[in-house]
Amino acid sequence: MSSVVFFVAAIGVLAGAIGVVVLANPFYSVLALVAHLISLAALFLLLRAEFVAAAQVVVYAGAVMVLYVFVVAYVGGQDQPVRSSGPGLRLIAALFGAALLCELWIAVIGSSLKSLTEHGAPYTPGFGSPSQIGQLLLTRFLEPFEVASFLLLVAAVGAVILARRRRGLGDEDEERLPGFPAISVAEVLSGRVPTGSMAEAAGLGYEVGESAAGTRRQARGGW
Amino acid sequence: MPIVWYVVVSALVFCIGTYGVLTRRNPLVILLCLELMLNASNLALIAFARQHGNADGQIFAIIVLVVAACEVTIGLGLIVALYRRRLPIDVDQMNELQG
Repeated sequence: MSSVVFFVAAIGVLAGAIGVVVLANPFYSVLALVAHLISLAALFLLLRAEFVAAAQVVVYAGAVMVLYVFVVAYVGGQDQPVRSSGPGLRLIAALFGAALLCELWIAVIGSSLKSLTEHGAPYTPGFGSPSQIGQLLLTRFLEPFEVASFLLLVAAVGAVILARRRRGLGDEDEERLPGFPAISVAEVLSGRVPTGSMAEAAGLGYEVGESAAGTRRQARGGW
Repeated sequence: MPIVWYVVVSALVFCIGTYGVLTRRNPLVILLCLELMLNASNLALIAFARQHGNADGQIFAIIVLVVAACEVTIGLGLIVALYRRRLPIDVDQMNELQG
């Protein structure tokens, strides 16, 4: 029974991975990755990693993939020609992948670990359960846990700074930065200054006289 | 199933991901292929955790999951920033730092 589940899940994992690489439209690549992740969660369950499987499905296949879909929709999932820089590079990449596979294969066989061909250590109840993982995370692995939370904070702030809407192009930013007096609160409130807000992007709060082209340029933001 | 089967699947997925990173030109798809490689390493970690009956490998996999989420966030932020500057979404044309 478990071997049937394994083969079905493994085929799903490999098909999803190939789909990600081969499909031309990035949107379909994201969907293939979702299928890959869900099959992978099945493999994790077979390996008694219940908590990791649940986290994988909820965090990865749920949240992160939604982020991907949003960005693909925003950037426009234009059909990119699958062609890479040339057939030569693709051949080299394929050779490199094959060489890597051979190397890994040799590493697995050469390790001559007898336990690799067995079913693993005897199963003890509670292995990989949320309670065990939580206990480990809060006792032995407290430091990595805290560092990971800090890393998440840094990444979130970094993403906001990278993707925020900026006023005009780079030069305008530069010339307004030094003294700050260029914009007053009253001006912002009266809507005469592009604030880079969402209301502005929707075309609200603009001077009537401004040309449509200027509005678009400002509203799209420079950065 | 013997543990070695999981390791083989992991190696295959890793190689497919490497091929994708090397050939695709859309940075979004390159990020997806990086995810594939990280997932392959996760599978190997969890397989070895099962082999030894020790949950430390699963903690490692969870930390890898967190790092992957951070990498995705930053990468997607970069792609959005590229799009805002009207630069082509193509890694072959992003060569201004090439000197």
